[in-house]
Amino acid sequence: MSYAYYPGCSLTESAQEYDVSTRLVFDRLCLGLNEIDGWTCCGAGAVDAVSGLLALALPARNLGLAAKQFPGKDVLAPCSACYLNHLKVVEQTRHDRKLAHRVNQAIAGEDLALDPGVRVRHLLDVLVTDVGEERIGQAVLMPLEGLVVAPYYGCQALRPYPVFDDPERPQSMHRILQALGATVLDWDKAATCCGASLMATDQDTALRAVAGILSAAGEAHCVATVCPLCQMNLEAYQRQALRVNEAARAVAVVYLPQLMGLAMGMGPEDVLLSKNLAVTDRLSEALDRNHAQANIVSFRSDNHNRRVSPCSRTSSSR
Amino acid sequence: MRTESNHPTTLVPPLHGEGRGPHAVDPLDEVRDLVRACMQCGTCTASCPNAASMDLTPRQMWRSLLFGFTDEVLRSKTFWMCSACYTCTLRCPRGLQLTRAMAALKRLAAQHGPGAARRKGIFYQAFIDNVHKYGRVQEMDLMFHYFMAMRDPLLPLRFTPVGMKLLAKGKLHAPDGRHKGVLDDLFTRVRELEGNP
Ligand code: SF4
Ligand code: SF4
Repeated sequence: MSYAYYPGCSLTESAQEYDVSTRLVFDRLCLGLNEIDGWTCCGAGAVDAVSGLLALALPARNLGLAAKQFPGKDVLAPCSACYLNHLKVVEQTRHDRKLAHRVNQAIAGEDLALDPGVRVRHLLDVLVTDVGEERIGQAVLMPLEGLVVAPYYGCQALRPYPVFDDPERPQSMHRILQALGATVLDWDKAATCCGASLMATDQDTALRAVAGILSAAGEAHCVATVCPLCQMNLEAYQRQALRVNEAARAVAVVYLPQLMGLAMGMGPEDVLLSKNLAVTDRLSEALDRNHAQANIVSFRSDNHNRRVSPCSRTSSSR
Repeated sequence: MRTESNHPTTLVPPLHGEGRGPHAVDPLDEVRDLVRACMQCGTCTASCPNAASMDLTPRQMWRSLLFGFTDEVLRSKTFWMCSACYTCTLRCPRGLQLTRAMAALKRLAAQHGPGAARRKGIFYQAFIDNVHKYGRVQEMDLMFHYFMAMRDPLLPLRFTPVGMKLLAKGKLHAPDGRHKGVLDDLFTRVRELEGNP
């Protein structure tokens, strides 16, 4: 199985570790990612506030490219904001032929057109729906035992289109984390807004939002995210946010596929953990302990050789 | 004048500096259409994570819009406090596209609102300009132009610690010009299409 891959601007800049770990994990799960050649910005969360048509035309261009280069393939966008923007064009033009025509006119200069049947997919959707916990569990070599993880879904993966999960009580990331052997923190901030672009336009409001989330993460070793904007707000502005709320304390924030990679036996350097801005000693120590333990187990039971390579392509090389 | 409150739609105040009469097309009509079915239940306000930072709650915003208080709406900071979390849109029992309405209000206030509102639109405009120019967002260039456009010497200081962290992690780099101009045609077409809907 393979997907047309839209990394989006953040994954080439401030969120390289999300891109790298996603590619590694997909490779390990024998899923192909075909990057859309010539993709451009989808407009993020800002374009709607300037031009309604532009907000649809920008992602439509990428979908037009995908339709041309990888016809019939689902489009995967790991960033939740990119995911929503692309999904929105498809949803809004599906039953509105006039709008579909206008959007197609906007991208016609490059001889591109929307494929009304294209499916835009979120990373969590692909992981729970197409892959499933069982296959993810089979790829785990170093279960994240003893690691308490706070799953953070943010907004746009779940709202306004509840495609693959219950937006009020999301469970998809919980299930993935459990398959990795982690203990999932039950908290009420899993789908609460991080403030998004208010961090640029009204920082005090956004910092309060971040502080609220951090303080609720409490005893977790780390917060797991699936969006570079959430990640940026929670980690880069963490120190400022901690000053707003005394109850909050420093907590590591990592991308879900980074945790998946670690559980699949990759090293911190493989998943670029050094690029994260908020990795606490607490998380590092827990990961080290885990690593040591897993090595002993795999040495004893030859777990390693038996359990690696869930896909035939890599199994031959092992 | 006692009857004013009974005929709120005839009281649309003139727009700033434009002296429009009550019969002119009100720029907020397109947003009004989005929220016409509002029944004032308040679910949107109760769901909004940023309601505490707003002057009008979302529910009050829709009411003011429907009562025709165009000036009051354009002057409000409510929609600038919307972080597009979509909780209200998801929960509104009338199925109204409220996040879309908030975004439209940002756009209309930046066009028709008082100076302070136009200033608030600067970040969004800087973002679009960045996308247009480079095809892909160049974070460093974006923030630079945003700071320049805001003309607030203290603003960059609030972002300096984060900028330093990103720099130290090798996450900021000089703008990548490889996709320059790729979006020129799309931007031109959108502008033409929006000129004649
Ligand atoms: S939730 Fe919907 S119906 Fe209720 S007040 Fe808000 S906009 Fe009106
Ligand atoms: S989308 Fe905007 S207005 Fe609606 S609940 Fe979220 S922040 Fe509030």
